[in-house]
Amino acid sequence: MLTVERNRPMASSISPIKDNSIYTVRNFNLWYGADHALNDICMDIPTNKVTAIIGPSGCGKSTYIKALNRMVELVPSVKMTGSIDYNGQNIFNPKFKVEELRTSVGMVFQKPNPFPKSIYENVVYGPKIHGIKKKQILDEVVEKSLKGAALWDEVKDRLHENAFGLSGGQQQRLCIARCLAIEPDVILMDEPTSALDPISTLKVEELVQSLKKEYSIVIVTHNMQQAARISDNTAFFLNGEVIEYNKTDQIFSNPTDKRTEDYITGRFG
Amino acid sequence: MVAREQFQLDLKDMKEEIIQLAKYTEAALVSAVDALYNQDMALAEQIIEKDKDIDKKELDINNKAILLIAKQQPVAKDLRRLIIALKITTDLERMGDHAKNIANATIELGEHHLLTVHPAVRDMRDIAIEMVKVAVNAIRYEDISVAGKLSGMDDSMDNLYETIIREMLEETATNPEKVQYVMQMAFSARYIERFADHITNIGENILFLVKGESYNLN
Repeated sequence: MLTVERNRPMASSISPIKDNSIYTVRNFNLWYGADHALNDICMDIPTNKVTAIIGPSGCGKSTYIKALNRMVELVPSVKMTGSIDYNGQNIFNPKFKVEELRTSVGMVFQKPNPFPKSIYENVVYGPKIHGIKKKQILDEVVEKSLKGAALWDEVKDRLHENAFGLSGGQQQRLCIARCLAIEPDVILMDEPTSALDPISTLKVEELVQSLKKEYSIVIVTHNMQQAARISDNTAFFLNGEVIEYNKTDQIFSNPTDKRTEDYITGRFG
Repeated sequence: MVAREQFQLDLKDMKEEIIQLAKYTEAALVSAVDALYNQDMALAEQIIEKDKDIDKKELDINNKAILLIAKQQPVAKDLRRLIIALKITTDLERMGDHAKNIANATIELGEHHLLTVHPAVRDMRDIAIEMVKVAVNAIRYEDISVAGKLSGMDDSMDNLYETIIREMLEETATNPEKVQYVMQMAFSARYIERFADHITNIGENILFLVKGESYNLN
């Protein structure tokens, strides 16, 4: 059972296992202008686990994972307080280099967004930016990343064809391969299967399961069955607060908070 | 609008059907013990016939529960509601079988058997009927305090059963020619005792529904 602590009354300050956390989030608040989008979040994200974020639309889950790689600060009028430590370093510290964070933390979005280039060029895009030029090394990166994304067998004979020729599910796995090519520690996924057909969805889900051996994964999903199937821990967000954060088995069998129960059983949302 | 309104209505209907089935089994036991005391062969035959309705009702509820699981993909308490629906209806069907077994014993004993039915068999029946009522309330209100009462009632049932069996065995010692009748009577007491065990299973299921953990009331 994950430990739950409350730093102060009414705070959604929930913390899981203390050790082996890649992220430590403490009293994190975020405002879009006057809108208090995230309210006093305290939440550790364990290493080499799949952490699912669930909650109704507008509850702050996408904002939260965009805060984890500082993408959220691209939005005008954002204000933040509290801390998000990545491997023990506060990512909002002025000395912290956002480029290093983006190298360590990959992101996969709702809609597959391959570049208008070949499959090969999509995968090597990141490594090339990081200065890798040797063809032999790039070839190895492509094969390793595409194998990691369970796409290699399907595309190995047409690596130099345009990525737009792939199916939606293949494009999404290509985006995951592109993410793997920079060898991140964390993969953030924002509803990665919501635009995919059921078979492609299952392939991505199986992929997530296999990837957690090497990566820490945070996945935002509207599909509660998906969260139940693939995640180790689940956080339920509501109105910008973490209502309950616990082992996924516990959340989906016997949640402690009535609001969690009402949401997962479809009483609202 | 309440989300998943139809699903909530389906769950409510299912609960009512389970309660109805519980009342059928209660009526079956009352009739079965009446038939036993009154040597009423016609009533015994009716009970055996009506047991088919209980069996059919069990299958209906099970099919509905399976369909709801498939269509609604419930989780947490909703999932437990459907899982226990499957288990409770199985218990209720077995309770119906025990009433039928008493009816069969009545027929086996015949109209002019040499044995007076032990008066405490009625007491066993009364406890069992009271237990059904408690279980129905536990199901209706999902009330664990009510469900918890079944354990003590089952203990009373077990004590009564042991007393009856002991006294019946003593009777066979003094009247060995009655042994085949005593056997049928002892079986009947045993069927009521087993009937009650199934009711405690129902109580355990209600505890599981509310708490999400397994309990043993037997």
